[in-house]
Amino acid sequence: MNNKPELTLGPCLFNWPEAMWRDFYFRMADESDFDLIYIGEPVCSKRLPFRDSVLPDILERMESAGKKVVLSTLALVTTKPERKTLSGQCDQDEWMVEANDLTALAFLKGRKHVIGPYINLYNEDSIEALSKRGATRFVLPTELSAETASKLIKAAPDPVYELQVFGRLPLALSARCYHARLNKLSKDSCRFVCDQDLDGRDVNSLTGQPFLAVNGIQTMSYGSQLLLEELPDLAKMGIGAFRLSPHTGDMIAVAKIFRSLLAGEVEAIEARKAMEKEMPSHHFINGFVHGQAGMKQVAESLAV
Amino acid sequence: MPDQIVKPMELVCPAGTPAALRTAVDAGADTVYCGFRNETNARNFPGLNFSLKELQRGIQYASDHASNVLVAINTFAQAGKTDLWKKSIDDVAQSGAHAVILADFGMLDYAARTHPDLRLHLSVQAAAANADMVNYYASEFGVKRVVLPRVLTVQEISTINAEISCETEVFIFGGLCVMAEGRCALSSYCTGKSPNMNGVCSPPGDVSYEEHSDHLESSLSGITINQYPKGEAAAYPTLCKGRFESDGVTGYVFEDPVSLNAAHLLPALQKAGVTALKIEGRQRGKAYMAQVVSSFRKAVDALASGENVPLENLLAPLTEGQKSTKGSYQKTWR
Repeated sequence: MNNKPELTLGPCLFNWPEAMWRDFYFRMADESDFDLIYIGEPVCSKRLPFRDSVLPDILERMESAGKKVVLSTLALVTTKPERKTLSGQCDQDEWMVEANDLTALAFLKGRKHVIGPYINLYNEDSIEALSKRGATRFVLPTELSAETASKLIKAAPDPVYELQVFGRLPLALSARCYHARLNKLSKDSCRFVCDQDLDGRDVNSLTGQPFLAVNGIQTMSYGSQLLLEELPDLAKMGIGAFRLSPHTGDMIAVAKIFRSLLAGEVEAIEARKAMEKEMPSHHFINGFVHGQAGMKQVAESLAV
Repeated sequence: MPDQIVKPMELVCPAGTPAALRTAVDAGADTVYCGFRNETNARNFPGLNFSLKELQRGIQYASDHASNVLVAINTFAQAGKTDLWKKSIDDVAQSGAHAVILADFGMLDYAARTHPDLRLHLSVQAAAANADMVNYYASEFGVKRVVLPRVLTVQEISTINAEISCETEVFIFGGLCVMAEGRCALSSYCTGKSPNMNGVCSPPGDVSYEEHSDHLESSLSGITINQYPKGEAAAYPTLCKGRFESDGVTGYVFEDPVSLNAAHLLPALQKAGVTALKIEGRQRGKAYMAQVVSSFRKAVDALASGENVPLENLLAPLTEGQKSTKGSYQKTWR
């Protein structure tokens, strides 16, 4: 548990155009030093064809760069083609899979896998029941507090626990596509309008308070998670990996800020200043990990 | 005589209190669901729910009238406190209830290991939205019935039923979640409290109303959820059913303040192979529930005997003037 925590890159949640998506991962293969890189489409199955066309090239590039890769899978699986896709992704032994819907367990058949942040984990019994079935790493659900995470880790210390420390937070999934709805289109003929918002589309209250963001069928936080001051405590209680969620902007630079903080080369306050400069459009939040409303920015230290 | 008589779909009705249980049974519920007066229950509101003794009495009453009782232990067990959930499952196993409704993977594992004879239903909170997942729960834990999440069309429900061996139950009336249930952190993002962690969504303690010169404003934890011009009726500020603004577009971004009424779809749901129909609303009053249950009773029986059912007239008074929707069951909803 006292191992140095890993830095991971979560799957891109936004509908970036094919070339942009490919070039992003090429750069991550060539220039990044992430301990683990998640690649795949968790949000919308309609985006899958654009991913699949470039995925083999990306995986090859990652492999020759010596990067460790996990395949991220769909978070809401209902249709036959979606089930078939998921089955194909799970029924192979070359790449580790991040299961974002428990349907994946039916296809993994006991293979080792990662449980993604879309799967409900609130207690040690669930961790143990899933570990028995092949889960070796758990990405904690968005709304979980550090206090709860600490109890989980104490009760079930064996798996690796991963937590998102940067980027907009996934909050909900729906059968309905909000991007299509906002553009007065039906989901079936959506024209992929979600590609107009490379970091999600802001949703404000009627009194102008920035509140949420929509990303296809997904609802996200308006605020962007940023855990810096909390990192030492989180590492101490046994969080083994910190996840950055991709946004437009320089993710390599963001990763460098986290690396220097983890290495003790800079203080959290300097890291925060650097982050504000690097991602000027982000409004940073940290409420969930403090056991409070997720949209809040809490100044106190962690109660663990 | 009609050409073909089929078994009526089972009517599963809510009971927030022992009195409501008797009301539902008297009104014709085949099955009543309820929960314990503690955190294991997603409707953990003051003045609602059952002690073990009340549950046992309720089961007796139901059984005297040929009805069944289901107990919902449908929250996710809290870390370090799972004994409360396990004890509640043990209590159900000994109570004579027909089945327990579970959502938590760990608690399903516990129930299947500890009480192999206890009938398990999978809660809607577990969001099993396809046949592979349903079959997985059936083979892994022996789940006998799955309450389907409100993300599916009737056609998709029919497809699922063709590929599974266990029963399905679907919501037909009452509150409506727009998001995949059991997988939504919107409430905790805004208030710190969520259905999964606290059994509440958009909790009343965080709600406020403010009167302005020309409108009424409802808020949740200081975030404006809606503004109502004078004369427009104000709905409870459930956060996914508020009016918001996005890039110049103003309106109900996620969903209108509607409730679910799938009465018109009863024939389609019967054809889709659905075993049971669920009415939402353990927090509702007895008189209202008696009316809802008896109306659906008539509709379901008439439908099963092949009669032409005037569903529109039968169920029109029940939506209380509120707008209703067929939700995801109809593909155009998406």
